[in-house]
Amino acid sequence: MSPLSSAPANATRVAPPLEAARSYPAKPADVYLFGTCVIDVFFPGAGMDAIRLLEREGIRVHFPQAQSCCGQPAYTSGYTDEAREVARAQLALFAGDWPVVIPSGSCAGMFRHHYFELFKDEPETLQQVASLSARTFELAEFLLEVCKVRFEHTGAPVRLALHTSCSARREMNTHLHGRALLAQLAGVERVEHDHESECCGFGGSFSVRMPEISGAMVQDKTAALKGSGAAEVVSADCGCLLNINGCFEKQGDTLRGEHLASFLLRRTTSASTGGVR
Amino acid sequence: MSHVADTPAQPIAFTRNAREALADAQLRRNFRGAMDALMDKRRNQFPDGDELERLRAFGNRVRARALSKLPDLLERLEANLVRNGVQVHWAETVEEANAIVHGIAERHAARKVIKGKSMVSEEMEMNHYLGARGVDCLESDMGEFIVQLRAEKPSHIIMPAIHLNAGQVAKLFHDKLAVEYTEDVDRLIQIGRETLRRNFFEADIGVSGVNFAIAETGTLLLVENEGNGRMSTTVPPVHIAVTGIEKVVENLRDVIPLLSLLTRSATGQPITTYVNMISGPRKADELDGPQEVHLVLLDNGRSQAFADGELRQTLNCIRCGACMNHCPVYTRIGGHAYGTVYPGPIGKIVTPHMLGLETTRDLPTASSMCGACGEVCPVKIPIPSLLRRLREEAVRAPAAEPHHVRGQGAKHSRKETLVWRAWRTLNTSPGLYRAAMYAGTRLRGLMPADIGPWTRYRSAPKPAARSLHELAREHLGEQ
Ligand code: SF4
Repeated sequence: MSPLSSAPANATRVAPPLEAARSYPAKPADVYLFGTCVIDVFFPGAGMDAIRLLEREGIRVHFPQAQSCCGQPAYTSGYTDEAREVARAQLALFAGDWPVVIPSGSCAGMFRHHYFELFKDEPETLQQVASLSARTFELAEFLLEVCKVRFEHTGAPVRLALHTSCSARREMNTHLHGRALLAQLAGVERVEHDHESECCGFGGSFSVRMPEISGAMVQDKTAALKGSGAAEVVSADCGCLLNINGCFEKQGDTLRGEHLASFLLRRTTSASTGGVR
Repeated sequence: MSHVADTPAQPIAFTRNAREALADAQLRRNFRGAMDALMDKRRNQFPDGDELERLRAFGNRVRARALSKLPDLLERLEANLVRNGVQVHWAETVEEANAIVHGIAERHAARKVIKGKSMVSEEMEMNHYLGARGVDCLESDMGEFIVQLRAEKPSHIIMPAIHLNAGQVAKLFHDKLAVEYTEDVDRLIQIGRETLRRNFFEADIGVSGVNFAIAETGTLLLVENEGNGRMSTTVPPVHIAVTGIEKVVENLRDVIPLLSLLTRSATGQPITTYVNMISGPRKADELDGPQEVHLVLLDNGRSQAFADGELRQTLNCIRCGACMNHCPVYTRIGGHAYGTVYPGPIGKIVTPHMLGLETTRDLPTASSMCGACGEVCPVKIPIPSLLRRLREEAVRAPAAEPHHVRGQGAKHSRKETLVWRAWRTLNTSPGLYRAAMYAGTRLRGLMPADIGPWTRYRSAPKPAARSLHELAREHLGEQ
């Protein structure tokens, strides 16, 4: 039975999963980590925490040093040829059999879905794309479905709000995984926030091309998060966090979102491996 | 508005419109409240997610099949309509469509037209065209009637006056119709109906849209809630239906799932109050109905979308409006800011085919690609993918072949192209990337606090002291 069955019903999602439920492999000894360019520059700690969480489950993590960006910024801006070449470089780096774990729904969505579109005219490359797609997992999904983790909360009880990125929700279909992980923790009270399923307004270049609209969206999002009564905010996507935290800071608010991986590493022990931090 | 290909087109002032709309607190409250209510209503209609998913897949297949044989279905539609006594007209442009309608009006010496709701007639700006030629058009749909009184355009394809609240309508009726001021919605509707009533009997022509044109039986199907559609299409002696060429479906069986998806997605109703099926003019032994029925089939850029396998999916649309109801951008700026007849996500993907990318250059960009539209679309149009595709068409070199969309290259810029080429080089050269990350993290102190549009609403992001590449290398070794 999927560990998701214990997840609370989703009150905000407006449509059911876009694809049939995914089947998951047994827990592997080795995985690749794709760190994403936003994490690389702005949230390297979240990337390291993802690595440590995986290691805590007894998994060897491989981080190909030649990795860069998944290609999404160019892809969504319409610069398809440029995106394809950057994607090609990543394809070559993750060519082994190991699963590729990505601490971001949006970059995972790129690997898992959009590379097919990028390489649709290259039949030989498409085989590599299909292999990569099948091996790509968002971190929360991987921990829950593949590692079958059982986490225990440590420290003081906390009320927190979870922001789920649109790509985790709609492309990776992993909007319930973060919830399910948090639901394992007795000391965590996850509170809903207003219009929880709505976009935070980041959208990559959208945030600078349409600053007023994007700004209105992120202001509503931060207000909703504050209004939820949560003391902490977590998200599994650093693009959203860049946006949300930047807005909190601009407003002089002390609240900051952190990556789910960081929260989990900080506030849990793993009962699945009997391991300690 | 010009639809001629070689006239230099003025881009729609989308960003300015959006800025103004965002600053209008009343407008934002009206939209947020209305969209929240519509989302709830829709959700209540689809309690079973699996059923919804199957229905959407079915709806998608029905539409895709219809489009796959579009030319054939249109011919069959025409033949069967003609057999039923309906006169069929083809219009490539809105000018042609308007001229056809005006020609019919002239033949009947018509002075007065009563209209049921029709977005295609909005696309044609029919009221304006006929009005300038001495033929008055009166909107009979309550929302359309309200926006007509305000000399505005609809702000939503299903609920044209959704940008207004009851108080604003009360004031409008009080000012324009010289009636008492009341915010009682039922009373307001009553006032509107009383004003409209006699016009149905005075009108020389009734105009309507079409929801589904059924090829096999030559039937025009029309859904509505107010009864004005039925009045407009049965009381005046002449009925002219106007619609886009994509509205054809193969047979009545195909309509059933689409109808169910349409009304539940649009207004959260299991079925509308009225479902009109029009299969011809009054027959010799019948007591009522129009003596003449016409159908004008408008292209207006649809065949451009049709010609491309990917963009063709745009024509799946059954105009339910769910994509705008769920759109975080539309919810905040409302329909008028788009400056187009079709606002919201569907407007962003369909209008470039109607007006070209020069005019609509900002529309595909005005999306965070959150995907809410694609998630709710009852016929599974992959709206974000089509937005991305239109962005690609807008930044391609204007002369690059093949040419798929009018206005290709409207946003092409040498400078931006070079920036993305440099980005590609950086991200495909590991040594260079590493050096850049090293420099970026070491020079973080030099990051300016004001980085243009981003910092208007957020503080500037600060690079970390050391990149993940470095930290991972230290922890895991060189890999
Ligand atoms: S694109 Fe889809 S959701 Fe939007 S109006 Fe058309 S059918 Fe409805």
